[in-house]
Amino acid sequence: MAVVWGILAQILHLALILAAAPALTGVVRWLKARMMGRQGPHPLQPLRDLVKLLRKRPVLAENASAVSRAAPYVAVGAAVAAAALVPSFARGMAFAPLADLILVAGLLALGRVAMALAGMDVGTPFGGLGAAREMSFAALAEPALVVAALTLAILAASTNLDAIAGAVRDGGLGLRVSLGLALVALLAVAVAENARIPVDNPATHLELTMVHEAMILEASGRHLALWDYAAMLRLTLWLALLAAVFLPLGLAPPGAAPHHWILGLLAWGVKMAGLALALAAFESAIAKMRVFRVPEFLGAALLLGLLGAIFLFVSTGLT
Amino acid sequence: MLTALALLVATLAALGFAGLALARRPAGARLLHGACAVAGFALVAGGVAGLLGGPQTIDLPFGPPWGPARLALDPLSSWFLLPLGIAVACASLFALGGIHGTVPARELVPWPLFIAGMALTVLSADGFTLLLGFEAMSLASWALVAHDHAQAENRRAARIYLGFAGFGGLTLILAIGLLAGGAGDVAFAVLREAPPEGLRAIGVLLLVLAGTGSKAGLAPLHVWLPLAHPAAPSHVSAVMSGAMTKVALYILARFAFDLMGPAQPFWMGAPLIALGAASAVIGALRANLEDDTKTLLACSTIENVGLIAMGLGLALAFRGSDLTAMAALAAGAALLHALNHAVFKTLLFLAAGEVLHGALSRRLDRLGGLIHRMPWTAWAALVGTAAAASLPPLSGFASEWLLLQALLAGWRVGDLAFQMGVAAATALAALAAALAASAMVRFWGLAFLGRPRTPRAAGAEETGGAARIALLLPAGLTVLLGLAPGLMLDLAEPALRLMAGAAAPRAGSLAIGAAEGGARYWPLFVAALLAGAIGLAVWLVRRRAPAGVARGPAWDCGFIAAPPHLPFGDPATQPSAAGFGQPLRRMLGESLLAARESVTMPPPGDTRPALLRASHHDPVLAALEGPLPRWREAIATQAEKLRDLSIRQCLGLTFGAVVLMLALLAWLEAR
Repeated sequence: MAVVWGILAQILHLALILAAAPALTGVVRWLKARMMGRQGPHPLQPLRDLVKLLRKRPVLAENASAVSRAAPYVAVGAAVAAAALVPSFARGMAFAPLADLILVAGLLALGRVAMALAGMDVGTPFGGLGAAREMSFAALAEPALVVAALTLAILAASTNLDAIAGAVRDGGLGLRVSLGLALVALLAVAVAENARIPVDNPATHLELTMVHEAMILEASGRHLALWDYAAMLRLTLWLALLAAVFLPLGLAPPGAAPHHWILGLLAWGVKMAGLALALAAFESAIAKMRVFRVPEFLGAALLLGLLGAIFLFVSTGLT
Repeated sequence: MLTALALLVATLAALGFAGLALARRPAGARLLHGACAVAGFALVAGGVAGLLGGPQTIDLPFGPPWGPARLALDPLSSWFLLPLGIAVACASLFALGGIHGTVPARELVPWPLFIAGMALTVLSADGFTLLLGFEAMSLASWALVAHDHAQAENRRAARIYLGFAGFGGLTLILAIGLLAGGAGDVAFAVLREAPPEGLRAIGVLLLVLAGTGSKAGLAPLHVWLPLAHPAAPSHVSAVMSGAMTKVALYILARFAFDLMGPAQPFWMGAPLIALGAASAVIGALRANLEDDTKTLLACSTIENVGLIAMGLGLALAFRGSDLTAMAALAAGAALLHALNHAVFKTLLFLAAGEVLHGALSRRLDRLGGLIHRMPWTAWAALVGTAAAASLPPLSGFASEWLLLQALLAGWRVGDLAFQMGVAAATALAALAAALAASAMVRFWGLAFLGRPRTPRAAGAEETGGAARIALLLPAGLTVLLGLAPGLMLDLAEPALRLMAGAAAPRAGSLAIGAAEGGARYWPLFVAALLAGAIGLAVWLVRRRAPAGVARGPAWDCGFIAAPPHLPFGDPATQPSAAGFGQPLRRMLGESLLAARESVTMPPPGDTRPALLRASHHDPVLAALEGPLPRWREAIATQAEKLRDLSIRQCLGLTFGAVVLMLALLAWLEAR
């Protein structure tokens, strides 16, 4: 029976994530607008934008190659695959054995490379600039992510997300300094990976400040819809990842019958809403930093992550 | 099987000398390269047979005065025959497809000798044969690097390469001597009987590390790679990068895991991990700054060699702490990455060669838009690029996943300093992998995407024929190796038992696993999941969106339209190689590679263009080219004084030397 519940939970999880992605982005935008004293668009506006964009025929540059047409599908595919692996309301989903943190990082890298190549396809100066910056930021974010994964892997004896969530939830790990430092490191990585303030501004179209938007400047119609949807999925995925790893309260245990899911779903909704509120408050409170300050930001995240691992070595005297 | 392989080596050596006659007409060159391609496949077959069958040894009927030359085919050497054979087969096919007219003998003769030298090194079972193969490999590849000696930069590259090769050979001789001690017998079977201990073990390890590191491109002895690879013909660079560095790593593994015995302390792995991490970061960073395709790929090789060395070092450390399953995991990561890197780097170098052939340039600033003119090369190269960028589900990701898992388990070695070092090494490995992804995006994006930057790039043409097969074969293998790393680890199991004393953690043939019950990676399922997700996206979009696309001009950021003599637009409005490298040059290059930028801005009213100059230097090369020639000069000046000695002084010198030698001999006898 556990297998059936696992498959059902996986399908429900995937549908939930796919549906929640535009809504979550809309909620964050709406909250930000409210905090800044504006009315703000309806939270479902991103979904309406996607539907509208899908109906439009894309305009490609004359010298665009097949890369421009294939890359958005690869990016969305990689984001969907990664999102399918991160637990949301229940542990022990059908894909749980696949759900490795390093693999999720690899799938995100696949989407990133697809986007960078799409940005370079037409040969405009702006696309290349965005691609160069995006890949450089990723180069600095990756070590911080892996060092945070080191702390988690030591605590859970595995890099499997399901196992980490289980270990943090039932392991009686308590409040650990290392876990807190890993959380800070992962938060910084999440901000950088999702092109949020202070690394990049998701709302800007000003030439000198943007990274993510620069690469998809040539995209239109269904391609733009796919790029936007991939970005929404990435944001949802990162928030879900943070929620699953650091706040695994209410997660239904593996093999549990569907009535446990209700609590899990409610808890997940509350957690995601809380994270969205925190993100909106954070973005409203601080300014975007200069591009060449980003290495310091991510370097600090890396150092905090390393510090977390070293605390763990020293405090537990692992032998 | 071993006899057949020995005959193959002998045939290759003979083929090298026959090259003198074969060079007279194109058919002869085709025959030679065709035979070398067959030899490559035979080496792969020999490797697989060696892994599936038991170990074999033969004594050759000739050899040095003190004993016969010995050959052996055990699991470790069998495994390293696989990357060697694949690289050789693809490179020879590529060379076969690129023959137009006669090929000079200086390019033909060393090629089979180079292959024979590498195969002999891997198959050797005594120190003498090992050094013979190593030196044959070094000299033949030097001749190939120097083939285009009309250009001063190639002569310089060949000179520096020869220096490093000589240094490597010298340190290996010393290492074998130190390992053999006074006994004088250098057969591996004898060396294994008396493993070194204490200071002697450290000495052997450091000497071997210097010798093989100078050949494999381990920092700080990596500076010859980015110089020598662009100078050699493309198929030679492919094999030097794909296979020769692996042969050097094979020697390292042979000494560290087999000849020095299993009873070494865990910190013997530390220098390998440290040097590997340094190489990985320096190589990957330089790959982001170089603007020559082959130089860039050579720097990426330094990075990958560093990753493999980290795997080997971790395996040594785990084995020294009696964590044999973890040792097998790390050794498996190193072996798998050695094979995967050999395949995708061969592919990338051959693609760079095809680009050089089609667009007549290696410089990224003279390429661009080649995906339209050279689609086969572009898509094959994309597979290699994605593997080098360690993207799932390709081969590079599988082995780097294993390596990261081994690094994440490094804390199990109970020493606090070692734990901290491994934590730092983990961060550096992740940094190197992400930097490599950036370098690969830069390489493929600038060469194949965008608009042509020169008329030659606009008129580029593909070769087709055997050269196309030579690109598609490693591209297909890269995909297959990425999907079946579990099968490859099963194949490597005897080699892992030899190195680590245990098998890698079992995770079934479809998966690779970090530990019993630990994290797993199922590449086939991941590929299916990705394909399913992409298929879903395509299907959903097809249902809702109108079909087809409209075409229009690209928005060129407000630049004015290009003048009529630039039909593909102004190349200057595209990102350049230096421009794409700018963020990383500023973030990391200034501290690590002494990168500098200077802007020359003409005064207002002056119509001259502004100039941005970007430069970087490898600190090692600067250190090498500064003091070394000065020392050589000083020593030479001192040695010149010997010329002016009188006959009595000369005789006295000789006599003194003989007395000194005899005294040394007597002292050694007395001990």
